[in-house]
Amino acid sequence: MRQTRSIEISTGLFIILGFCALFFLATQTTNIKAYGDTGGYEVTATFTNVGGLKVRAPVTMAGVDVGRVTAIRLDSRNFNAVVTMRIGSKFNEIPDDSTAAILTSGLLGEQYIGLSPGGAETYLKNGSKIQFTQPAIILENLIGQFLFNKASSGGKP
Amino acid sequence: MGLLRELYYILLGFLQGLGACWLFLFRILRYTPAALLRWRIIWQQIYSVGAMSLVLIMVSGFFVGMVMGLQGYNTLSKFAATSALGTLVALSLLRELAPVVTALLFAGRAGTALTSEIGLMRATEQIAGMEMMAVDPVRRVVVPRFLAGVVSVPLLTMIFSAVGILGGFVIGVSFMGVDSGAFWSQMRVNVDVWDDVVGGFIKSIVFGGACSLLAVYEGYYSHPTAEGVSRATTRTVVNSALAVLVLDYLLTAFMIHGV
Repeated sequence: MRQTRSIEISTGLFIILGFCALFFLATQTTNIKAYGDTGGYEVTATFTNVGGLKVRAPVTMAGVDVGRVTAIRLDSRNFNAVVTMRIGSKFNEIPDDSTAAILTSGLLGEQYIGLSPGGAETYLKNGSKIQFTQPAIILENLIGQFLFNKASSGGKP
Repeated sequence: MGLLRELYYILLGFLQGLGACWLFLFRILRYTPAALLRWRIIWQQIYSVGAMSLVLIMVSGFFVGMVMGLQGYNTLSKFAATSALGTLVALSLLRELAPVVTALLFAGRAGTALTSEIGLMRATEQIAGMEMMAVDPVRRVVVPRFLAGVVSVPLLTMIFSAVGILGGFVIGVSFMGVDSGAFWSQMRVNVDVWDDVVGGFIKSIVFGGACSLLAVYEGYYSHPTAEGVSRATTRTVVNSALAVLVLDYLLTAFMIHGV
């Protein structure tokens, strides 16, 4: 009887350990927080090119995570990309003339949206639109521009 | 002509085995609700197939994680992208390595034990004895062992992943000097709960079912001789390994297209 008891206790410990591992993997190694964000407010911004930006990419301000991208769609009239992002409710004093830029973290990193503050007295609120945006830098366009400049200056540096 | 006939019989034997295994699964599933009521037997089987495999799984997971850390660092440092080491270790463990390696180790550690145990029960006529006493051996012997395997493998896989990520962390951060903040934050940005963690979990449930089913099937239908049991045990390992690798491809293809 004693032996049966210790076997059953070990089984219980094994199962608890297994679920602890699952909990650790789900909460500590993944982007699970990005799913839970339903608070805060939504703003939109129009970009001429979003590059490799994805839904759930972070929105940062001075490097601090303030929100997430919730949707990216194409405006079928002027063919610009409309990015919707949800910003945490505690960041409710972002000036409404702030600039949104699509940046890349490191050489191979993910793309994210960086907000740079403006100087207005009025703040972004639910449904407002960020007027000033800076599209993603596309490497091919950059190289093309460089070669074009090189050719127009007659090959001289 | 002889060769063709040989091939024909091999194919026929394969199809027959597949069909018999499939029918056996339905027989097991029919008795599952009744067996769940006698949860103590299942609980004790989880001890012998799951808890007893724990040390093996943890040591293997730690070393696999350390190898991933070392190999990943070596390759990523060529592109000056060692900050992506956490992502590499976590994604490769969660999506592929942990489910597959755990299932293969499980087949070797616990599947063989299940096959030889049930095979010896048949060889020593314990199964026939149960039938004489109107106790269905599938219900009393096979179903609890099968269910214990299905429960244990996903849990072992999650432990394998967690320990493996810690192994990669130890090598990458402590020995190779990758920034610990970058290791975790890059991992958190790139690992998705549904695609990666839950995807790996689903894979491990399927692998657990396949390995346990093959183990109990081979044991139940083994020839009641010493040689028959040893052959059945060998077939369990070979067939489990093949089944896991084939199912892994199918599930991966399905999941990647499904997303």
